[in-house]
Amino acid sequence: MSPARMGFFTDTSICIGCKACEVACKEWNHVPEDGLDFTGMSYDNTAGLGADTWRHVAFIEQRRPLGLQEAGVAHDGADPSDPEARTALRWLMSSDVCKHCTEAACLDVCPTGSLFRTEFGTVVVQEDICNGCGYCIPACPYGVIDQRKGDGRAWKCTMCYDRLLVGAEPACAQTCPTKSIQFGVLDDLRERAAGRLDQLHAAGVTDARLYGHDPSDGVGGDGAFFLLLDEPEAYGLPPDPVVTTRDLPAMWRHAAVAALALASGVAASFLRAGR
Amino acid sequence: MAECHPVGFQWVMEAKSRGATVIHVDPRFTRTSALADMHVPLRAGTDIAFLGGIVNHVIQNERYFRDYLVAYTNAATIINENFADTEDLDGVFSGLDRENRKYDFHTWMYEGMEVQAASGSRDQEYQDRTGNGSSVSEAARGESHGSGGAAIGGEPETDPDLLHTRCVFQILKRHYARYTPEMVEEICGVPRDLFLRVCEALTANSGRDRTSAFVYSVGWTQHTVGVQYIRTAAILQLLLGNIGRPGGGIMALRGHASIQGSTDIPTLFNLLPGYIPMPHAHEHEDLDGFVQGEAPDKGFWAEMKSYTVSLLKAWFGPAARPDNDFCFDYLPRLTGSHSTYETVMAQMEGRCKGYFIVGENPAVGSANARMQRLGMANLDWLVVRDFSLIESATWWKDGPEIETGELRTGDIATEVFFFPAAAHTEKNGSFTNTQRMLQWHHAATEPDGDARSDLWFYFHLGRIIREKLAGSTDPMDRPVLDVTWDYPTEGPVDEPSADAILAEINGRDAEGRPLASYEQLRDDGSTTCGCWIYCGVYADGVNQAARRKPGGQQNWVANEWGWAWPANRRILYNRASADPDGRPWSEAKALVWWDPDQGRWTGHDIPDFSADKEPSYSPPDGARGAAALAGADPFVMQADGKGWLFVPAGLTDGPLPAHYEPQDSPFPNALYRQQRNPVRQVFSRRHNRYQPSGDEPGSDVFPYVTTTYRLTEHHTAGGMSRWLPYLSELQPEMFCEVSPELATERGLEHMGWATIVTARSAIEARVLVTERMTPLRVQGRTLHQIGLPYHWGPNGYSAGDAANELASISLDPNVHIQEVKAFSADIRPGRRPRGPALTALVEEYQRRAGITEKTGTEV
Amino acid sequence: MREPVMVPEAEFRSYYGKPVINEPVWQSPDIPGYLYLGGLAGASSALGLGAQLTGRPGLARPAKAAAAAAAGLSLAALVHDLGRPGRFYNMLRVFKPTSPMSVGSWLLAGYVPLAFVSAGTAVTGLMPAVGTAASAGAALLGPAVASYTAVLISDTAVPAWHEGHRHMPYLFVSSAASAAGGFGLLAAPRRQNGPARRLGMAGAAGELLLANAMEKQMGMAGRAYKEGRAHRWMRASEALTVAGLLGAGAGARRSRLAAVVSGAALLAGSAFTRWGVFEAGLQSARDPAHTVIPQRERLRRRPAPGG
Repeated sequence: MSPARMGFFTDTSICIGCKACEVACKEWNHVPEDGLDFTGMSYDNTAGLGADTWRHVAFIEQRRPLGLQEAGVAHDGADPSDPEARTALRWLMSSDVCKHCTEAACLDVCPTGSLFRTEFGTVVVQEDICNGCGYCIPACPYGVIDQRKGDGRAWKCTMCYDRLLVGAEPACAQTCPTKSIQFGVLDDLRERAAGRLDQLHAAGVTDARLYGHDPSDGVGGDGAFFLLLDEPEAYGLPPDPVVTTRDLPAMWRHAAVAALALASGVAASFLRAGR
Repeated sequence: MAECHPVGFQWVMEAKSRGATVIHVDPRFTRTSALADMHVPLRAGTDIAFLGGIVNHVIQNERYFRDYLVAYTNAATIINENFADTEDLDGVFSGLDRENRKYDFHTWMYEGMEVQAASGSRDQEYQDRTGNGSSVSEAARGESHGSGGAAIGGEPETDPDLLHTRCVFQILKRHYARYTPEMVEEICGVPRDLFLRVCEALTANSGRDRTSAFVYSVGWTQHTVGVQYIRTAAILQLLLGNIGRPGGGIMALRGHASIQGSTDIPTLFNLLPGYIPMPHAHEHEDLDGFVQGEAPDKGFWAEMKSYTVSLLKAWFGPAARPDNDFCFDYLPRLTGSHSTYETVMAQMEGRCKGYFIVGENPAVGSANARMQRLGMANLDWLVVRDFSLIESATWWKDGPEIETGELRTGDIATEVFFFPAAAHTEKNGSFTNTQRMLQWHHAATEPDGDARSDLWFYFHLGRIIREKLAGSTDPMDRPVLDVTWDYPTEGPVDEPSADAILAEINGRDAEGRPLASYEQLRDDGSTTCGCWIYCGVYADGVNQAARRKPGGQQNWVANEWGWAWPANRRILYNRASADPDGRPWSEAKALVWWDPDQGRWTGHDIPDFSADKEPSYSPPDGARGAAALAGADPFVMQADGKGWLFVPAGLTDGPLPAHYEPQDSPFPNALYRQQRNPVRQVFSRRHNRYQPSGDEPGSDVFPYVTTTYRLTEHHTAGGMSRWLPYLSELQPEMFCEVSPELATERGLEHMGWATIVTARSAIEARVLVTERMTPLRVQGRTLHQIGLPYHWGPNGYSAGDAANELASISLDPNVHIQEVKAFSADIRPGRRPRGPALTALVEEYQRRAGITEKTGTEV
Repeated sequence: MREPVMVPEAEFRSYYGKPVINEPVWQSPDIPGYLYLGGLAGASSALGLGAQLTGRPGLARPAKAAAAAAAGLSLAALVHDLGRPGRFYNMLRVFKPTSPMSVGSWLLAGYVPLAFVSAGTAVTGLMPAVGTAASAGAALLGPAVASYTAVLISDTAVPAWHEGHRHMPYLFVSSAASAAGGFGLLAAPRRQNGPARRLGMAGAAGELLLANAMEKQMGMAGRAYKEGRAHRWMRASEALTVAGLLGAGAGARRSRLAAVVSGAALLAGSAFTRWGVFEAGLQSARDPAHTVIPQRERLRRRPAPGG
């Protein structure tokens, strides 16, 4: 009997932006350093997921209130002593990761079978098979998987497949101090997330929403889903991703018709000549 | 806390999810603020005004926990009539000796009782208590006040109605009456509505059924009035009844793992293990004189002789005998303050010739980093033990002074030894956290190459020195030859057994059996104990610190995880969690209570009280030690068993906290004519110039307030993080944080460069313009603050200028900590000049501000 | 007055303007070259067989040779673009209909040897029966080789590629026809170039119409074809194709020079289309608006759950 499908629930409402997930991931998986770039993007100097970054913590400074939070700041000459005049401010943090889609485009388009679905329902690259064709990279609707410079192969989060095999949880989830990253049986996580969402809504954090939790979405639901406090695109996530291979049958049909058209066209060019 | 203690912050998040209100008071909107219910920005360096304002609010609105206050604090105690407050003397207390920058504390005493402090400057009273000569450095004070002093012992006069004009409560009330919400707004820049919301949240959540906790870090300590910051919080928590109770307290978050451990078994110059004071250099002082001078007669500190003798027995073994005062004379003697900064001064003056730097990087991490390097450049030898070639090990070839031409490598005579150090994963040992809890860690792997643990280094250094001295008849060598140095070693590199050392710290009885409690310690030499407060950590011959029983398998206090001093109690002074009759104040907050049937204290935690002392116990006349405290005196280390709102002894800078401006401040003190802490330590030196403050001419040359801090991604001065690619890439460059308004005012561009200038130096940083930095309204004008992380230095994988180049050496007089959390500065766009032009820029600023060797040194 | 520069508030639609999807790592000229050469080869195989069967050796021989050369080069380009070229054979480790690249690899595995044998026998005159069989096989697979590359790039999350998936195969085969016809014009004697001319002209006309229709139909993502380098490639392609079309129609029947010039124009025009499509994909991958805005639109149009 295969084990239950495992997943991540990342509750960004309790992420403190410590980036321990990024470091633990790199330590465990021997992911190389990704460049010393001062980006000016708040405290995010990682910038995004890639071959050398499998967990990425986004930092978003916004002139919006976080529920009933009092930020205490006053800008543009506002009088700080006037509660009405003070500036709204919130600082969102979110640890992004491979979504381990139910319908995974990267896995679908991989021509070598290097990408495969594990017994835990996760999507993993076999580094000894990948020949670096790069097809999975533009196929991913989330911009997760990428090619490693100087290595040529595609790399991404494995949900610590090796740890799962020995009954341990992924490094990022284990190190997360506030349990913003939760690992477990996907169905359980979805239940927990729904409860947390209700709790936040009751606490006045009406911006809270789940992302990637719905099995009826364009990728059949994510194995790694999120509780966000803003539109997904604010975090660099696509608002309505659809696995590209949903359209593949249509594409093949069009391609077949086109091929026939070409053959007919060539034939026609001779038919007229024979007249 | 989320920034520097993310692991501990999980419990704040847990509390928040259970309904706790989280308030974050900080000049910057940080990762902690992001998760808090309320962020209260304030001007760095004004927390006493803020907290004092809350104290005033609590008193004026009678929001204190009266029953607790009257029974458990010294609120009712009457102070002698010679005491004069800052209210009377416009900002200073009675007893100020302006010439010598010292307070004589005698006028702060209780009426009718002399008390000795449980910590702090206990040698203050040596002369009074022994009639002998005082410490060399303290001689001046002793002479000026004669030998009169207050009577030793006795009972203090009290007024349980708290109405006597000289009772602590009334003094407190008068002292803080001027700390109004308006004054808080004026000084701190905290809007009144925010301030009152904090007051309301705190007082509504304190009392019989609820408790609130304070958490602080070096943002409170690193000031010229740092100790008094914490004192203000202590006053507030005592008023609200939040000490000794679950969910209450004041948590000091430490800068490193086991900083608590390194004060318990100290690396500090003025303490012996377990907070026994280091003896001062008094003439003809023997062990009894020492104990008489430094220890109180009541409470557990009255047994100081047992603790000291057991320590000497642990250190000198059979050589410590009653007839030689247990080798008390082997202990070094203090001749004054020998803090790290005074050591630097001594280096520059050529009096300190050799220096060990272990797990520290003063060339980056200490205030006025240049002074640190100039001091080291004047040494004969320097030993650095660290993971990497930190700046403190390489300043002589590539430090900033080489670049400016102030030092030339060829001229530096210091011989520098670098020893690679093992990491905590490569050695056994314990960490002691802020909850005083020891947790054992086991080596996971052998250290690489020549890297060795500190334990290995010092054990073998001692072994080799002892071998070289073997057979010496010189009495000077006796302490080294007599010291017990027989630790078993193990493994391929002869690593001393950390377990054996823990057993020695725990102590043994006359038969060599492990002790279980410090109450077993004796002053006759029959017991040994390396640190009396740790006695019991090896009870039953078991390493109690290595216990890891999961929380789910024990009660919520979890006493079976690790081991906490004293006696594995998790909440200190927890007798205060029950009312004077021994019943919990409320069911919700029950922790320990008196069980009349058993005739014992019992509860969830281990009672921090004599187990069978009834609540109604009243000490007989002449009682001493713990027996001299009543059954309703929870603060068992204190000589009067009370929590001290007012501190009659032990502090060098006043019995009550008063707001003073930082050493370098762009604002005058709005509360008193006294601008700064009158007894702060200042060191006017060529490379340590202070800046004009307040209304002084030239103050406007440095119009902004700067604060330094850490980021989650790096560790302190960078020795453990800047060499690691995985951490360096997360925060790759030194930067400064400024508001959009300051950026506009000074022409700073996001991601561009800025130069920050003080009278000491100028550094450059990348600019992060962010609305998390907010302008404040202070004393009628807009104040901008500059945030500077202090992790960077010129070496390492991620390098940059060090913020501590900018800070002055100006110290808190109690604990000699530097003021780096608030100082004024200027900021300008662009990179800093290189080479001698850098020195010229700083000199130009000094000229413009009219800075002389006298600037900022006034009392 | 200039706005003060600061940590930009992340706009609703993107995270600091960062792309949502990762940009393809495929390199130029490898991959646009591969798209182009596959088309040229596939259509040329069909053209070659037709020429052979209708007795136009002057057209058949160069068409088959071009097919073999283009097929060989395209395979080389594909292998060269791999991150681990030494592992190219892993392509044949599995057959995955969900992976156009796997289908294409098997297709090429069948087609390339046929194209080589077809060209080899045509040039040397050896084993004519085998040659004819191989040519027939290559002509059968050729159109598939020409059209599958459209699926290859459309089956991605790249908006400028995926959103064109209904037009791309037709555009690609038109472009392939234009290229093959163009090469026929260039290489075949004037009297045998009729089919090449007609094929080229039909292909060119289709290429022009379909490129236009595709850009219009794909909405937001179509903007990628109107900007930057992709725009320059597409406009250059348009100009060359129009020129080739007009030249072929007006003079290729009469003038060898006109045939050569118009043939070259069609060849180049076809190549530029592939480069244009390729560049448009990279540009739209880099622009988060191309990903976010159409998805937002889609969400807005979708009825709310329960409503």
